[in-house]
Amino acid sequence: MTETDLTHFRESTRSWLADNFPASLANKMLGYEHISDPEVAQQLEVWRQKLAEQGWGAPTWPKEYGGAELSQSEARVISQEMAKIGAMNPIPLLAGMGVTMVGPTVLEYGTEEQKQKHLPGIASGEVRWCLGLSEPGAGSDLASLSTKAVDEGDSFILNGQKTWTSGADISQWCGALVRTDSNVKKRDGISFVMLPMDQEGVETKPIRLIAGASPFCETFFTDAHAEKTDLLGDLNDGWSVVKRLLQHERQSQTSARGAPANKADSLQEVAKKYVGTDADGRLSDADLRTRVASHLMDAQAHGLTVARITAEARGNPKVSAAASILKNSATKVAQTKSELTMELMGNQGIGWEGDHFSSSELNNVREWLSGKAISIYGGSFEVQNNIISKNILGLPETTQKG
Amino acid sequence: MAALSEEQSMLRDQAKSWVTEQSPVLKFRQMRDSGINLKYTPTTWDAMVEMGWTGILVPEEFGGSDLGYLTFGVVLEELGRQLTASPLFASALVGTSAVLLAGNDQQKQALLPKVVDGSEILSLAVDETARHAPAQTALQATAADGSFTLQGEKTFVMEGMAATTFIVAARTSGSAGDETGITLFLVAADAAGLERAPIHTVDSRGHAHLTFNNVVVSAEHVLGQVDAGFADLQAVLDRASAGLAAEMLGTAAQAFDMTLEYLKTREQFGRVIGSFQALGHRAAELYTAMELARSCAEHALEAIDGNAENLAEVCSLSKCRVGEFLHVMSNQLIQIHGGIGMTDEFDAGFYLKRARVLETAFGNRAYHRDRYAMALGF
Repeated sequence: MTETDLTHFRESTRSWLADNFPASLANKMLGYEHISDPEVAQQLEVWRQKLAEQGWGAPTWPKEYGGAELSQSEARVISQEMAKIGAMNPIPLLAGMGVTMVGPTVLEYGTEEQKQKHLPGIASGEVRWCLGLSEPGAGSDLASLSTKAVDEGDSFILNGQKTWTSGADISQWCGALVRTDSNVKKRDGISFVMLPMDQEGVETKPIRLIAGASPFCETFFTDAHAEKTDLLGDLNDGWSVVKRLLQHERQSQTSARGAPANKADSLQEVAKKYVGTDADGRLSDADLRTRVASHLMDAQAHGLTVARITAEARGNPKVSAAASILKNSATKVAQTKSELTMELMGNQGIGWEGDHFSSSELNNVREWLSGKAISIYGGSFEVQNNIISKNILGLPETTQKG
Repeated sequence: MAALSEEQSMLRDQAKSWVTEQSPVLKFRQMRDSGINLKYTPTTWDAMVEMGWTGILVPEEFGGSDLGYLTFGVVLEELGRQLTASPLFASALVGTSAVLLAGNDQQKQALLPKVVDGSEILSLAVDETARHAPAQTALQATAADGSFTLQGEKTFVMEGMAATTFIVAARTSGSAGDETGITLFLVAADAAGLERAPIHTVDSRGHAHLTFNNVVVSAEHVLGQVDAGFADLQAVLDRASAGLAAEMLGTAAQAFDMTLEYLKTREQFGRVIGSFQALGHRAAELYTAMELARSCAEHALEAIDGNAENLAEVCSLSKCRVGEFLHVMSNQLIQIHGGIGMTDEFDAGFYLKRARVLETAFGNRAYHRDRYAMALGF
């Protein structure tokens, strides 16, 4: 794709957006929050349909599975142009874990039948997916999972408990990692199955976290059914499937969250507002100034590294071991930002609710709390360091083989 | 590594193989043991001139190749890996930047071809105290009869014993601390009244202390505008910081590679020590820090080549972040090697000592963190 082609694509994207994006939806945050206004909900649904018809829910996927067969550079152009007008693509959110994780893995490991059955619903945002990976007894040591799937002819019968199944209570489908052989090394007896959530035998229970309500659930399988034809990858080869799936997850978690939407929200502006400056314009508290500067350097270094690794891949962003570096540095940036913001705000930084605190003060507290999860989910900080030392640096295995 | 052009990749490969074969750290050890006053080996320097590295920034009309700062950084990184001692950075990057940014055609014509052929060695003389503080310039330049008389001192001048021409920041008006009133001068190293004495730094490399005792400099040797030299000086220092960071990145990357190799081969308790999770995680965190530092270093050089407007921000970011990584890495080089790392027979000490000198040159981490914060408006 030449620069000229990309410029043409940008122009046509711009004009399509001008014709189709409802301006009333501009800069509306959409996500787990319920849309209470029926009119907005209706507009959003129309917008979703238009995006789905274009294949822009998952623009890089093949057309036959609901994508638009675009290059990564073209997909970036769509995101950039949408960002410019305050538009957002609701499909990746509506599909839960579908667009970012399940879909790419099905594309790689799925049978033709599975691709046709599952991908179009994800690409259109009509089918939401959750993932049943962690269990109460299998967190960082995921391979020790104990949810069992027993062969019953045309289907597997599942029994066990999953946890941290994000969005399980509102998802239609689940990708679950299950034990199909207990008599071999633990990584060799695991399979990846896909099953519908709307069935007897599947129960979900939301989990309340330190920051309050959360999208996370516990999910219980009691003789739940998964069709044999919905086994992804080979029987007992689920570990390869999930390793790939988790690489896709890390890839989606490499950008530091909380990048300010405008300058007034930047950390240095927050610092000046709450701490004040001296005659030369320096922050009045020298210790905080040093730490704010160090943090901003970390954040900039992280952003530059994301850009550099993308440039070096020359538009071919294969999921790579570098994702572990980026996930850990993104984690550090996001968590430090929340902690520093609290400190800068002083007592105004420790509110839980009520009029005494501004919404940005309260938001920071919730972000600070929910942000503690960043270094735990998707492979903890320590697990990422295991991956870096083993896969990038070639050091011997540091964890026990099972 | 940034997405390099074909030319840059070629130069990097050339530098890598030359440094590895012709100038390994053993050469540095031999230079130190020889006690040579220049603090580099003349044949090493001649080879660099021969390969055209002195002309990387110099326009073709003055005999150079005009390949830019990122290209220079690629070469400096390789030199930093083996601690290759030479006046290349001081003369062909810092001094040359000053002439390119502030010099008139006549000055460029007089100096640049000689920098390229190695017969001139330039060095910037800016610091007057133990701390880098360019606005504090106090060395007095008094105008009289179409010339200036310089009186005062400059210290920790890089390659000061080898330089043939100094670029001297002097005060022509105002007082120490004022940004206006600073003027840059070209002063021949053999000028009457100029004395230089070696400063023996921990890294066995070359600094000098300069004493100006009524040194007369003609007006045609003013580099840039009288009283308005501070902006040029800062622009030169930005380039110096970014270039030095590239060399520092190479030094740190080599320290990392040596450490990683040791983690894979040294056995204790019946297994290689890299199989211990405490050390595996330390290596992972050092590697992550190195990748972040590399991004900062390359971005600053690219920003200079692209004439970006926020050079103070990105060059200070680079010098500070690379300095931070080099600091930690040079300590871990010793720590992870254990007892052997403490011996002079092993090379780790060279890297540790060189690290601190480079960290201090042209402003330490605290200096650049302050400057970065100012650039961001706090």
